[in-house]
Amino acid sequence: MTTSPAEPRYDVAVLGAGPAGLAAAVAAASTGSRVALIDSASRPGGQFWRHRAGDDGTRQLHWDTFRALRDALERVEHLAGHTVWHAERTEQGFTLHTVNGGAASEVACRTLIVATGAYDRQLPFPGWTLPGVFTAGGAQALLKGHGVLPGQRIVVAGTGPFLLPVAAGLAEAGARVLGVFEAGTPARFTRHPVTALGKLGEAVGYLRTLRRHRVPYRMRSAVVAAHGEATVRAAGVASLDARWRIVPGSTRTLDCDAVAVGYGFTPQLEIPLQLGCATRLDVDGSLVTRVDGQQRGTVPGVYVAGEACGVGGAGLSLVEGELAGLHAGYTTTDTRLNRRHIDRLLRRRAALRSFAAAMHEAYPVRRGWLGWLAEDTVICRCEEVTASEVRRSIVDLGATDPRAVKLYVRPGMGLCQGRMCGYATSWLTAQHHGRGVRQDDLLGMSSRPIAQPVSLGALSGHADD
Amino acid sequence: MEVARTTADVLVVGAGMVGAACAYYCSAAGLRVTVLDRAAIAGGTTSACEGNILVSDKEPGAELELALLSNRLWAALGAELGAASVELHHKGGVVVAKSPEAAGGLATLTAEQRRHGIEAVDVAPDRLFELEPNLAPDITAGAHYPQDMQVQPMLATAELLRRARRHGASVHTGTTVVEFLRGSGGEITGVRTDAPDVPTISAGWVINAAGSWGGSLAELAAAPIPVLPRKGFVLVTEPLPPVIHHKVYTAEYVANVASDDAALQTSVVVESTRAGTVLIGASRERVGFDRSVSIPVLRMLARQAIGVFPFLSDVALLRSYLGFRPYCPDHLPVIGADHRAPGLVHACGHEGAGIGLAAGTGHLIAQLLTDREPDLDLAPFHPARFQEVTT
Repeated sequence: MTTSPAEPRYDVAVLGAGPAGLAAAVAAASTGSRVALIDSASRPGGQFWRHRAGDDGTRQLHWDTFRALRDALERVEHLAGHTVWHAERTEQGFTLHTVNGGAASEVACRTLIVATGAYDRQLPFPGWTLPGVFTAGGAQALLKGHGVLPGQRIVVAGTGPFLLPVAAGLAEAGARVLGVFEAGTPARFTRHPVTALGKLGEAVGYLRTLRRHRVPYRMRSAVVAAHGEATVRAAGVASLDARWRIVPGSTRTLDCDAVAVGYGFTPQLEIPLQLGCATRLDVDGSLVTRVDGQQRGTVPGVYVAGEACGVGGAGLSLVEGELAGLHAGYTTTDTRLNRRHIDRLLRRRAALRSFAAAMHEAYPVRRGWLGWLAEDTVICRCEEVTASEVRRSIVDLGATDPRAVKLYVRPGMGLCQGRMCGYATSWLTAQHHGRGVRQDDLLGMSSRPIAQPVSLGALSGHADD
Repeated sequence: MEVARTTADVLVVGAGMVGAACAYYCSAAGLRVTVLDRAAIAGGTTSACEGNILVSDKEPGAELELALLSNRLWAALGAELGAASVELHHKGGVVVAKSPEAAGGLATLTAEQRRHGIEAVDVAPDRLFELEPNLAPDITAGAHYPQDMQVQPMLATAELLRRARRHGASVHTGTTVVEFLRGSGGEITGVRTDAPDVPTISAGWVINAAGSWGGSLAELAAAPIPVLPRKGFVLVTEPLPPVIHHKVYTAEYVANVASDDAALQTSVVVESTRAGTVLIGASRERVGFDRSVSIPVLRMLARQAIGVFPFLSDVALLRSYLGFRPYCPDHLPVIGADHRAPGLVHACGHEGAGIGLAAGTGHLIAQLLTDREPDLDLAPFHPARFQEVTT
């Protein structure tokens, strides 16, 4: 719509300073491109390498890789503390509308690499909105970013291999972890051929840590309720059948002061969706951006790397980031591409992606979780919409998709704009209509023209129209 | 899959606010009603507006009469459906002016409106700040319109369709009309759809309530009407305690609503909702069905809103949405039986007033289809008025 008459200041702007974004920025800069790295945090590293000032990286994975990338950032302009609330296409490329501590500014670039990562996927259950109930990622971020334990007696639950480092980190930091309750049965996964890739070693290490701290690891079980008045005081833990239905009579109560729950991840897609990038449904049921062999999205000039084009962990993010950075760099500087290196990266990407797919297949979300919900269980915590209100909008008001549910009874209209409840609302709607969650369901809950809140004063402050 | 042989007295195409009102009044009048929508209930322009039920922005003429009729009907609907269930709020409107020219224009308009039965109260500045304590201090004149109302449009649509279903209506979403069926005399007898469960629907009357897409539906029936999209953005803030009590807009709004200028116009409308958010509308652009977000438009809306309520400067913008108002060149809706395609009845083209005017439209259509004398003369809304334009 709008155009910046001047030549954009940057050849490449990278959104997100986690593994994918750091690798992308450094790779793009290595080709001679003028690179901006935009991230909302004050320090680079993203969620994966979240750290405090002076952190020596003792409990961090691949810290040497992080240090090398961080040191290479001197050729990159790092715009820390900047949040992008809207991205728009211009004739020369893109304009990114950012806010930094309340001040609005624009960043113009020729190409854009989206490496915005993912956040915890939440399944609601009775009591999940009580203070003291954290996402698994939130509990870990508190520890990594602030050195703070979410509680002293902690229950960890959900599904996926991410529960292991979270529980191990909490135990190592001195918390009493009462158990890791994995809803799935990933034992089958350990026999999968691609686990030979070596990733399994990490998991074995975490399991050893958990054993050392006498933390039980239970499969086919889940936290199906959190109890307490002002804060969580206990967690209801139940055994599940293969479809995640509660085994009758199996629920027991564990006294605790914190619960950390995660059921995989939801990629952060606001910016690619604002720009019109095509999406697909990934193996884990998440909406992800479609990319090609060069990490290009379907919109010219947009590259996507890391979890935003499929959740696959830090290793895959590094490879995808480097691929995106090199290609964006080659395009904007007309330098020659090192074919052999690119081929090596592509082979590594293929191997890591097939590992990620196998992992997702080993940790599916089963529909039985819908049975954990009580009528008054909150689905959307921003707008306090309960399961029964969602059902009423479907049964009485005729909602046939989650966007309609949102329009009638407001889940997803609050502060988080459906980031938290979009997945659960999609499940509830789809189940009611006897089908699985479709791409359109998730798309209907994912459009956010304003990706982050911006004050009306900051929005109006620019007299350039 | 069960394939239904569907026959109806009335087939309503479009499950937005206007279609729902048509279905509601027709089914209440004893007609067998079927409703189709290619997407979901209230998923089109109904989901992208502010739920205005206004008399304040109407200049003397046929639309004002329809607005007054609709205003009475909405009050009755509120009583029947339960005002809370559709968030119907008799909040009243406040129109404000800063410049002496705007103030003068507003005074002229209110005098005219009073002559035509609208309660329009000229308000002195001090009394204005009693109505809206947070207004900008440089506002010099205003008018109060106690009849203006607000409704949650998606809920109202869904509730009206729920009532229609109780009266025997059926609603098929995700169902697109692909062809009109015709009888031996060329009259429209129903539609063929793309849905395997309702491949054809026979009906005595087909109502075009397709809103901004009413023009293309009419085209499909070879009975074109000039309904075109006029794009608008609405900004949504974070939830706040009740700080804005009326529907507040600037006097320039009325001029813009009636404007024929294709270029961008913004004249701000600010109000709180039951959820606590503040809605800021309303830009008007004729750019076709272009769904791209325009930052300059959002910026202008924000600036104008702050001009009316300075405190908004520190309030966070949370969301924004956009939609397409269905407008006709003369800014009047198309309501009535098509003279070229017997059996086809139009109920679309309400521009930015579709929520408010839906009640009157549905009521009049039901009267028309049950051979009763309509409460209003439908001639100004008749599709034949475009004849010179379209032939």
